[in-house]
Amino acid sequence: MSAKTLYDKLWESHLVQIDDDGTALIYIDRHLVHEVTSPQAFEGLRLAEREPWRVDANLATPDHNVPTTERAGGVEAIEDPISRTQVETLDANCREFGIPEFEMLDTRQGIVHVVGPEQGATLPGMTVVCGDSHTSTHGAMGALAFGIGTSEVEHVLATQCLIQKKSKAMQVRVEGKAGPGVTAKDIVLAIIGEIGTAGGTGYAIEFAGSVIEDLSIEGRLTLCNMAIEAGARAGFVAVDDKTIDYVRGRPYAPNSDQWERAVANWRTLHSDEGAEFHRVVTLDAAAIKPQVTWGTSPEMVVGIDDSVPNPADEPDSVKAEGMGRALDYMGLKAGTPMSDISLDKIFIGSCTNSRIEDLRAAAQIANGRRVAANIKLALVVPGSGLVKAQAEQEGLDRIFTKAGFEWREPGCSMCLAMNADRLSPGERCASTSNRNFEGRQGQGGRTHLVSPAMAAAAAVSGHFIDVATLIKK
Amino acid sequence: MQKFEIFTGIVCPLDRSNVDTDAIIPKQFLKSIKRSGFGPNLFDEWRYLDQGEPGMDNSKRSVNSDFVLNDIRYKGAQILLTRKNFGCGSSREHAPWALEDYGFRVILAPSYADIFFNNCFKNGLLPVVLEEKTIDDLFRLAGDDQALEMTVDLHKQALVIGDERIMFEVDPFRKHCLLNGLDDIGLTLQKVDAIKAYEKRRKSEAPWLFHGG
Repeated sequence: MSAKTLYDKLWESHLVQIDDDGTALIYIDRHLVHEVTSPQAFEGLRLAEREPWRVDANLATPDHNVPTTERAGGVEAIEDPISRTQVETLDANCREFGIPEFEMLDTRQGIVHVVGPEQGATLPGMTVVCGDSHTSTHGAMGALAFGIGTSEVEHVLATQCLIQKKSKAMQVRVEGKAGPGVTAKDIVLAIIGEIGTAGGTGYAIEFAGSVIEDLSIEGRLTLCNMAIEAGARAGFVAVDDKTIDYVRGRPYAPNSDQWERAVANWRTLHSDEGAEFHRVVTLDAAAIKPQVTWGTSPEMVVGIDDSVPNPADEPDSVKAEGMGRALDYMGLKAGTPMSDISLDKIFIGSCTNSRIEDLRAAAQIANGRRVAANIKLALVVPGSGLVKAQAEQEGLDRIFTKAGFEWREPGCSMCLAMNADRLSPGERCASTSNRNFEGRQGQGGRTHLVSPAMAAAAAVSGHFIDVATLIKK
Repeated sequence: MQKFEIFTGIVCPLDRSNVDTDAIIPKQFLKSIKRSGFGPNLFDEWRYLDQGEPGMDNSKRSVNSDFVLNDIRYKGAQILLTRKNFGCGSSREHAPWALEDYGFRVILAPSYADIFFNNCFKNGLLPVVLEEKTIDDLFRLAGDDQALEMTVDLHKQALVIGDERIMFEVDPFRKHCLLNGLDDIGLTLQKVDAIKAYEKRRKSEAPWLFHGG
């Protein structure tokens, strides 16, 4: 038998049927559901008089529209009537079809991509889908996880399967040792800077190498989260002891009768020695500085020591034009040192960076410092009710509020500004989220993507600064 | 889904690469629980000068006359010509819904983001991949004073401009579904026995995958 990649193993174990032209029916083990991309799918089921195939494979929670301020008034108190309708519609659909849901006031509510791994609802070896492109996050567990559209949400609800074609396999290796202040976020931004925002299109990416092995599971969740920003629907990491330790004891994890059997199966979830990839990319971690994006695509990224690049230096004319447009939108001049860019708002949160380790890293920088006078708002939005509770138990909330940050309720918040948290036109934000597209955080808003520690460092400095200079020796 | 039939339409040139789904349909319009009505807000932030919100009367808003969709030459365009990596970012199917609702039926680009590409086919929208050079040539033609008209023949996999034909590739299964207006779910439900057989085997191999928690 020839050597297989992790992707081959995940793909083959979920094949229900495959046609001669490669069109395959694959089985879906876990379907995560939120309020934005599901209402039309449930409506489709009703119109066709179809039932969900397997309700227990689904898990729903509202995240995009929920307010991050006081929630005691419940869903009825959501101010924006359209947001409220969407959350109410999710609750009603889950009740009607018997889908398990963590409703807004449940402590387990949160961003779907934080909740899934936290509950053990996404396990190694699973296929995981959700009507959300950042579903790639769950690949950190050694799962095949990818985002789907609403028609496919309906397809999974009705059939527990999806029609797919196999992607090509890419391996991204990060070797060496990461420098001070360099986190999973910096590594993935550097990868996107290297291969481009379409570099992974048509591929499933396996992240590997010594630096990836050194990352915690939460770091790997951040890494895989942004595979989609490199164009790859799915990104994943092989299972190791850290994965298994992470899953142990979580509510949805296998029970004690099945644990050993499950672990034995999970131990096979790695690429075999000599397995071949369609493309291999290798990065040297030592060359990666803390990253800051300067433009309107995640590939428009540089190290904190660098300056805003000049479109005139770009030989590709279409690309140079895009860079020029991005600089106009961002209100930046080529040649400006990144550390000279001052900010209006800070956002620490999102499915990329709202887990406990992210909050600890930001709190470490905030501790004993103050948010700079020019920062109008610095938000910390935990990824779930359980992350929030844990952070409060560790006293992180008090560190943040004492430093002048606002401590909020869990949700997607200002990553995409579907709720009330957003940028005003022209405002500049250091954000731990995943997309710096035009208007993403509010029309005319200017987003710079950074790690949680870099966002906290920018908050207390008022401008970008290498976080390594603030880390206490 | 409607059957995809041969048609002739105007080509609208959107000369940008990496157009993301946030730009195609901004997030405030995602709060709808319906599948239709997104067309008036397609490319909202580029198309209008004010900030769009759901429920606004779009006919009363100030229009960005520099944006190509507002150019009188391209009124009623059914074919969108654009650059590489079109539809990147969010998986929102509201993007193809908005394009389709506006009246687009075909997109021409050198490449697409995977999720968007896939979502198009579920909504009767045909994303055609052409070589960069062909796209460059089409941009030159589409920018003329006289709007470019093109016939799209999916059956023959051809784009016809006057006497010229540009052939394109399309996945046979997806072509079949588009031409016949087939619903994927209906097709998959013809394979109930195979799905049940898979589940039975998998339950014995990996029983932990079958509890709800």
